[in-house]
Amino acid sequence: MCSKAQLLLKHAMLSLVAFVSVISTSAWAEAERWQVNMTPGVTEIGHKIYGLHMLVFWICVVAGVGVFGYLIYSMIAFRKSKGAVSANFHENTTVEILWTVIPFLILIGIAVPSTTTLLEIYDTDDADLDVLVTGYQWKWKYEYLDANGENVSFFSNLRTPQGEIYNEDDKGEHYLLEVDEPLVLPTNKKIRFLVTANDVLHSWWVPAIAVKRDAVPGFINEAWSRIPEAGIYRGQCTELCGRNHGYMPIVVNAVEQDEFDAWIGERKAKAAQIKELMSKNFTLDEQMAAGQKVYMTNCVACHGVNGEGGVGKPIAGSAVAMGELNGLINILVNGRAGTAMPAFGNQLNDVDLSAVITYARNGFGNKMGDVVQPIDVFNFKQGQ
Amino acid sequence: MGEHHGPAKGIMRWLTTTNHKDIGAMYLWFSFAMFLMGGSFAMIIRAELFQPGLQLVEPGFFNQMTTMHGLVMVFGAIMPSFVGLANYLIPMMIGAPDMALPRMNNWSFWILPPAFLILAGTLFMEGGGPNFGWTFYAPLSTTYAPPSVTFFIFGVHIMGLSSIMGSINIIATVVNMRAPGMTYMKMPLFVWTWLITAFLLVAVMPVLAGAVTMMLMDIHFGTSFFSAAGGGDPVLFQHVFWFFGHPEVYIIILPAFGVISHIIPAFSRKALFGYDSMVYATASIAFLSFIVWAHHMYTVGMPVAGELFFMYATTLIAVPTAAKVFNWITTMYRGSLSFETPMLFAIGFVVLFTIGGFTGLMLSIAPADFQYHDTYFVVAHFHYTMVAGAIFAMSASIYFWIHKWTGRRYNEAMGKAHFWISFLGFNLTFFPQHFVGLAGMPRRIPDYALQFADFNMMSSIGAFIYGASQLLFLYNVVATIRSGKKDDAKKTWDGAEGLEWEVPSPAPYHTYSVPPQVK
Repeated sequence: MCSKAQLLLKHAMLSLVAFVSVISTSAWAEAERWQVNMTPGVTEIGHKIYGLHMLVFWICVVAGVGVFGYLIYSMIAFRKSKGAVSANFHENTTVEILWTVIPFLILIGIAVPSTTTLLEIYDTDDADLDVLVTGYQWKWKYEYLDANGENVSFFSNLRTPQGEIYNEDDKGEHYLLEVDEPLVLPTNKKIRFLVTANDVLHSWWVPAIAVKRDAVPGFINEAWSRIPEAGIYRGQCTELCGRNHGYMPIVVNAVEQDEFDAWIGERKAKAAQIKELMSKNFTLDEQMAAGQKVYMTNCVACHGVNGEGGVGKPIAGSAVAMGELNGLINILVNGRAGTAMPAFGNQLNDVDLSAVITYARNGFGNKMGDVVQPIDVFNFKQGQ
Repeated sequence: MGEHHGPAKGIMRWLTTTNHKDIGAMYLWFSFAMFLMGGSFAMIIRAELFQPGLQLVEPGFFNQMTTMHGLVMVFGAIMPSFVGLANYLIPMMIGAPDMALPRMNNWSFWILPPAFLILAGTLFMEGGGPNFGWTFYAPLSTTYAPPSVTFFIFGVHIMGLSSIMGSINIIATVVNMRAPGMTYMKMPLFVWTWLITAFLLVAVMPVLAGAVTMMLMDIHFGTSFFSAAGGGDPVLFQHVFWFFGHPEVYIIILPAFGVISHIIPAFSRKALFGYDSMVYATASIAFLSFIVWAHHMYTVGMPVAGELFFMYATTLIAVPTAAKVFNWITTMYRGSLSFETPMLFAIGFVVLFTIGGFTGLMLSIAPADFQYHDTYFVVAHFHYTMVAGAIFAMSASIYFWIHKWTGRRYNEAMGKAHFWISFLGFNLTFFPQHFVGLAGMPRRIPDYALQFADFNMMSSIGAFIYGASQLLFLYNVVATIRSGKKDDAKKTWDGAEGLEWEVPSPAPYHTYSVPPQVK
């Protein structure tokens, strides 16, 4: 305890020292660490928003210098201790009208560029690509809407390991801002985001491409962006959505059009491959290895690294995990009403579901010995 | 008759009292207790955010802390503190013997402690307390809420009832019980701002009650007001909530404007500049508060016409608010200034509230708000208005009137220390939050990316300093009441004006048996 407190104190002292040294030396290398302002990002709209932000900021600075200057002057010049005697005035209609009218005119000056920018943000017509973004507790689902109905879709989960979050391991460079599957988008195309949610409210925000839209269950909101430069852009959910609200980042990987086409072709091929895997028979070892991967991405937050439980029920030694197979598949596919256990039936494919169910029955010392195959899950779904 | 009519003895005095000073004092002590409770929740939040990673609490508990911090501070600390001030001061300021409805006054206070016991009790229930933010957006607060949400709803109903009764009492008192000669345009500004606040409360507390009742119906009676699956609309909740919530923030700040308009003239030894325009500005702000609510919802997907309307209406608030700031400073201009503790807090209020006003103007610009919304920039903004606004004004009020209430002087050096430590701690806490917000840190997260680490650590250190300074305040107030220097001067401050300064210190249990004459 004591050493932890000392460590915290040391960190505190170091950070104060660092703060002072940064201020005095203006070390630009530390720019991100000490970033104090909005960044314009890469898009045209982003630059316009940044321009508006700075316009209003400087208006406030000028007003602030005036107001605080007037205040400080009055505080110094009219001190009783220096013998100031108070005057007797208490109104002046001209002055009062002036300081009502002038701010009003400034506001009109701000309203004009704000209105034009807002209209541009709302113009979601003529998009080249539609992406359906769906918020789940606590992950994002992306679906590329294809004119031929060959939609590509996948979930994007936090990739940061639990060990980093619980301070057992050193934190990586993109701590909490890294995902297993980024959203890949083409550059220089007008991309329309159709944003919705599956459970509670979420909000999809990527500062660098200047998009923030609330995800509301039952409603579809629209937003758009045209990304001029290839690159990785990171963001987070910005609407409180429950326990793991802080753990559902967004990563956009913007690539050139041909690279994007290759990528989406690959995704379509992979979808076909999963269809093929559906009919394969896996060994126990294969399913255990695959199942552990699925577990660590989707289950560990609630059920614990060792299946010891937490928000969710324990899996180690669980009568449900080792009980009748269809009962377990049912919980995985349909979730458990009234608890935090979500329905994974549409979130994971049958190959992954069969793997993680095998893992639950045979991991954490459960050792049932049976192997669940994709076809078992498929048959269960067909039968319900 | 009446010479021996003093307070009853023991606990029954407080349980059965109908005296405005007793009730005012109970409100003030209750709100301070809630301030410490809400503050300790904030300390837990800041301790967890001291470093990235999870150290002290689990994310689920963190969410309960942010929720309870907001609820307790808004409904338990700030609102009751100003109701207490109103109870204590309004009858004295308008020359009335007591509040118009003294028995209801007793009741409106005594239902508050049970309401907050229920609310605090939810923390110990299965599934934990409310964890959906103080704005309790559906469906996180309905379909996905812990079972304790029903108790939370009951608690909110009782608080609302208390506020409505308190407001009716204030309106009845101000309208009916002013001393002869005190016309409306001669009323002290604290009375004016509270009269307007009371009308706001009566208008919007029932809306809040409606919102939580709809939640209750959705949870227990199978309705779907806020559930899209049943044909409802989660966004409806936000409209209803903010139709209450935006006037609510002016309910919090208008009485603070009132006390600042008393304190600055007193220490400038000069009449308030622009009394009439202050009244009109307050009324304009109150009116505008009803037509700006959706600026809390710019990213929710409103039609562009709605977005534009709310943006224009919101920017307009800057006009009357700026007029108030100019009036206060012009009151100081060519005055004869001294800087005792209440004046320090009042000037701190003017400076920091103005900064909160500036960031408010920035936030009102809808396109820019797409980048600010739900980040720490918003957190910084509203703490500049709520803490440096409402709570600084409250601290100023206690120092300003405590001698009138107790007949004893507070320790000036300790008061000034309280101000400077608060001022430093407050700015160290909240100024860096502008930076991390603009750099992209969302609010209500228990853990954050590494680039935000240093400013968050500063913020936490500042919060601990600010929190500790409130214990100094408590000590100073208790020491004043128990052993402060006795002084029977009617005026604590040579520049103070108003009826309350014409009666002895401490003010007698029943201030006026004959109404004073106002010229």
